[in-house]
Amino acid sequence: MKKKNDFRREPLTDTQLLMTITICIFVAMYLMAMILLGGGFLHAQQVFDMLNDNASLIIVSCGLTIVMIGGGIDISVGAVTSLVVMSCVLYLNAGGNIFVSVLIALGIGLAFGLVHGFLISYLEIQPFIVTLAGMFFARGMTTILSVNPQKAEHEGFKALRDVKIEIPWLGYTAKNGNLIPARMELGVVVAIACLILIFILLQFLRLGRNFYAMGGNQQSALMLGINVKKTRFMSYVISGLLSGISGYVFLMHTGAGNATNAAGMEMNAIASSIIGGTLLTGGVGNVIGTFFGTLTLTTIKKIVVSSGLNQPWWQSITTGGMLCFFILLQSVVLGRRAKKKKA
Amino acid sequence: MDNKSKKVFGLNLGQLTIPIIAICLLVIFNLIRDPGFFAIEITHNNDGNAVLAGNLISIINAASELAILAIGMTLVTAACGGQDISVGAAAAIAGSTFVKILKTPETINGWTVLLAFLCACIVAMIFGSFNGTLVAVFKIQPMIATLILYTCGRSIAYWINGGATPTVESPIIKAIGSNIPGMPIPTPVLIVIGVAILFKLLFHFTSLELFTQSVGINGSAARLNGINSTFIKLLSFIILGVCVAFSGCIGVSRLGLINHETLLLDVEMDTILAVAIGGNSLGGGKFKISGSIIGAYVIQMLTITLYAMKVSSTDVKAYKAIVIVLLVVIGSPVIKAKFAKLMSRVKMNQTRVSTKGAE
Repeated sequence: MKKKNDFRREPLTDTQLLMTITICIFVAMYLMAMILLGGGFLHAQQVFDMLNDNASLIIVSCGLTIVMIGGGIDISVGAVTSLVVMSCVLYLNAGGNIFVSVLIALGIGLAFGLVHGFLISYLEIQPFIVTLAGMFFARGMTTILSVNPQKAEHEGFKALRDVKIEIPWLGYTAKNGNLIPARMELGVVVAIACLILIFILLQFLRLGRNFYAMGGNQQSALMLGINVKKTRFMSYVISGLLSGISGYVFLMHTGAGNATNAAGMEMNAIASSIIGGTLLTGGVGNVIGTFFGTLTLTTIKKIVVSSGLNQPWWQSITTGGMLCFFILLQSVVLGRRAKKKKA
Repeated sequence: MDNKSKKVFGLNLGQLTIPIIAICLLVIFNLIRDPGFFAIEITHNNDGNAVLAGNLISIINAASELAILAIGMTLVTAACGGQDISVGAAAAIAGSTFVKILKTPETINGWTVLLAFLCACIVAMIFGSFNGTLVAVFKIQPMIATLILYTCGRSIAYWINGGATPTVESPIIKAIGSNIPGMPIPTPVLIVIGVAILFKLLFHFTSLELFTQSVGINGSAARLNGINSTFIKLLSFIILGVCVAFSGCIGVSRLGLINHETLLLDVEMDTILAVAIGGNSLGGGKFKISGSIIGAYVIQMLTITLYAMKVSSTDVKAYKAIVIVLLVVIGSPVIKAKFAKLMSRVKMNQTRVSTKGAE
């Protein structure tokens, strides 16, 4: 009881406020869709579909959120995901081992993270340029590996890919009377696990709190005795590692490698983080917000499709409008708070 | 005052070292690889006009859009301390408007082209001021503010043309895209020269350069000194809009059609790269437009060199990335400081040796 009172007396932090707004808007939007559009939105499977399709995006966005909280940017994540997918497919088709293919995925991601982190924090090069080069390199390497789409033919991998977690009590009865259980892919479990681990890292561990301190004010972080260079290095390493995991999850979802895989994923990930309340200036953000940001972005697209706006341009135009709304909202809310603090 | 301007001049020369070294390295590399790489010859095109041809010409010609965009991007970077990532999408919108107006009348004459270009300019300026308002008035990070247009810009371009990729056939458009009859130099190159002169005059007759720099270095200090920093930031985005319209129209004229998906694809990344290679800080402040223009040509020369080495167009990115990393590592402050330390140590050793000799 006392705790609750404490909570009420203390105003929400910027992070909590922005996250709350996002979650409220997501819930309101989904309820509206359920009432006005009905149909698929009434089934729990809709949520699981969104999770299945976006498991890798959620993982990548978590990594990007860490980098953005630390005041940096990493635009190579989509390209690294694509490179991981292609290399793993080629390795598996050459008769490789599943366990080793996971190691390859992690290794590629980690390698990109280490190089980015070293160049950015120890050689003090602008993060945008370094990760841009990383993006070019990963995209180029993907096409060097194979220009043509590659389908995974590995038996063991196929078995792993088809593992679906069925939840009968969330299913629905089809017209012919059969019960169709809600299906969830293995990738979603990985994504949720990553989400929880990163939430713990950011909330309770020293390294996570250092990210916030560094992003909020680098000079003060340095004065507090935080090893800023090492902290920044770690943020890119984690982001790289998560892109590696995301690549494997992507492969488990699609089962094929393609040079155009995960095209534009970096911008989707940035958009998810922003909608979730992370500021590019650093110091503010939360992975739970990012998770809801990803869901909001997908829900908008689903609503556009099911409300009958079939022309191909409406999806991205509404996404842009949505992004504009969130960005303006954040700017206005934070601006007002800053004024209040001064007064 | 004299002293100060000299200092600035020295600093600017320093800024140009990286792009100039890069271009020299590329030239030497190409000359070693193939002495005839830069040969220029006069050939006749399909219409029977005498035109210049050769690798050098194609480098300068193909970099035209990039060079024009780099000019505008330098201003935005300097004033706002961030980059516009929507230039490719905005160029697609401008190009679509250009084609839309061209397709309206029965025949295309010089006035229609001019009108279409002006409309494209106005549309691009409107979108530029949208970005600019978000950045200057609402104080949003430029990259995030322009992410909106990056997400939906190409779709808006698609929508303008009603879901089609129309073609335009006219001798005037052909002349803009390739060569004016009787003129051996490609027209896009002439347009770049024109735009560069325009900016030179703009900086000569107004205080825009000084104002932009002061806003970029410290916005609130500039405001206290009576500079309207909000307006300067907005203006930089509107000027970038004009540059976008120029490059969008050149891009459309080159192909004679508008394809919203492929027109100037990934150009935003190349443009930011050109600004960075030109030695400009991506954090705003002091800038040198000539650096960015050279940067644009460095990127294009690199691309054409790789093509000449039979690297396929999809693989070019990987090699480009390696060169970019090498360039920025050489230019990084830490490496520079280490190098300076090494040099001073060598000098100290020399002086020690010489003093010992004197004893």
